[in-house]
Amino acid sequence: MRYRLQLWHAFLVPFALMWIYPFVWVVSSAFKSQREMLLGGLSVWPAEPTFDNFVRAWQVANFGEYTLNTVVFSAAVVTVVVFVSATAGYALGRGQMPGKKIVVGVLIATMFIPHGYTIIPVFKLVDELGLNNGLIGAVLAAAGPAHVVQILLFMGYFSSLPQELEDAARIDGAGYVRIFWQVMLPLAKPIIGTVTLFTFISAWNAFMVPLVFTLGRPDLRTLGVGMYSFFGQYTADWTGLAAAACISLLPIVTVFLCLQRTFVEGIAGAVKS
Amino acid sequence: MTARHTLAARIAKHRWHYLFLTPMVVLFVGFTAWPMLASWWYAFFDWDGLGPPTSWVGLANFSEVLGSPAFWNAFKNSFLFSLVAVGVQMPLTLLFAILLNNPRLRGRNLYRLFLFLPVVTTTAVVGIVFAVMLDPAGGFVNEILTGVGLLPEPVNFLGSDRTALATVLVIDLWKGFGITLIYWLAALQTIPPDVYEAAKVDGATARQVLRHITVPMLVPIATVILLLTFQSSMNPFDLIQATTKGGPNYATDVVATYIYRYAFDPQMAAPRYGFACAAGVVFGMCTLLLTLLQAPLLRRRYLKASG
Repeated sequence: MRYRLQLWHAFLVPFALMWIYPFVWVVSSAFKSQREMLLGGLSVWPAEPTFDNFVRAWQVANFGEYTLNTVVFSAAVVTVVVFVSATAGYALGRGQMPGKKIVVGVLIATMFIPHGYTIIPVFKLVDELGLNNGLIGAVLAAAGPAHVVQILLFMGYFSSLPQELEDAARIDGAGYVRIFWQVMLPLAKPIIGTVTLFTFISAWNAFMVPLVFTLGRPDLRTLGVGMYSFFGQYTADWTGLAAAACISLLPIVTVFLCLQRTFVEGIAGAVKS
Repeated sequence: MTARHTLAARIAKHRWHYLFLTPMVVLFVGFTAWPMLASWWYAFFDWDGLGPPTSWVGLANFSEVLGSPAFWNAFKNSFLFSLVAVGVQMPLTLLFAILLNNPRLRGRNLYRLFLFLPVVTTTAVVGIVFAVMLDPAGGFVNEILTGVGLLPEPVNFLGSDRTALATVLVIDLWKGFGITLIYWLAALQTIPPDVYEAAKVDGATARQVLRHITVPMLVPIATVILLLTFQSSMNPFDLIQATTKGGPNYATDVVATYIYRYAFDPQMAAPRYGFACAAGVVFGMCTLLLTLLQAPLLRRRYLKASG
């Protein structure tokens, strides 16, 4: 019985390797010379490893700039989402303010309404606000739509904190804002961490919003959009594309590998509750 | 009178709560509620997006959308993505989850990590990586398949309208596989181990355990996983736009790329915002309907959970 279970490795090992082979291919091709790629070298190890592709992607294809844009975009989206969902979650999680049930009900209802097809009004709104000329517009379009799961996470956590904590702080003379900022928010670090991680990954990987908002501003492209236009322009520069893919994927894969426990537990928690 | 008085007093007492709620409400109104309503409103205009919409055309956009074979083609492809996600990805990931949930299987965390890795990567980027790997002229997949004699000649996987749709569906499956796998693994963790112990004592076979314990105990959570998988499968825009842009010959067109083309494609002579909104509204309504069909399942789960 035990041996039969371990027989599965004969299937799982090749399957798992095949599964991540695209990433192996990206890394190996990024270090190959264009000549070696053209001759159809299938070997994983580059015959004459070179950094030329990275230099070309970073400087000629502007991936240096795109990396910076993506970092700024993702950080801004995370900041807005954490701020908005923490404050809203706090207001909804502590005390019984009139209208609380309605707000929570509306939020939960929007989870079930498809809203991936509203990019045109969002684009138009940002345009009217005069923010279409910078990353701010893209940040608003990405961070603006209600992040219901994040709000509910904060709400659930804040409501689980003991009332005595709040009462004690109030006796010491702390007001609503100070209780939130100095007592409650520091206690919510685990939730801030989870929300930051999930929002960061989805912002880094965002494509449609940054694509639409940078159509007229190539200098503001994020990595995903940059990759798309690089492919459109230099379709045949495979090693350059592989290097660009390396630059785009390395940060996000590193973040994931370092924090994979938080990530997997966060997803699992969402399903169970 | 007193009721109103106390309500006003309670509202005044909670003024800080409302202040804290304000940023969320402002963004919600601007970026969630308004876009949904505005999509409907814009759909009644012939509008190129310059200035406010002025040319009212009534239901003309809707009737053009409903009568357009290209729209229904995109519609059909969109639902094919959901169908594969629900009909292939869900059962397949369940099998893997059952296998990887066995604590005696060595290295199961590493397998889980490998299968999950595509989920966190940028769809647009890996889409282009696949486009290069699958290239008919020298891409390594074709080199290998023709090299070992599996294919008589290179196949233009993403460039021929016979294979393109199947190819993007497989890439999409690869990309989303890990997340459904994690859902199932989480679901399996909720089954208490002593149930398995009891079954073992009673001499149940592995197949009996699967059929009479694992599957029935998974049903409640399965409805949630169904909804999550269905919703995330509805938006294959990133992958399609990066690899095929809906081509060749609209073979891989989905509603999101269809809308994008009418509203934002730089190659389009004049954008048709009103028409694109009408397409979005029609599709949104159909998705809502399909989501609501799953609602009775969900309600049953919540009744059970609370009762």
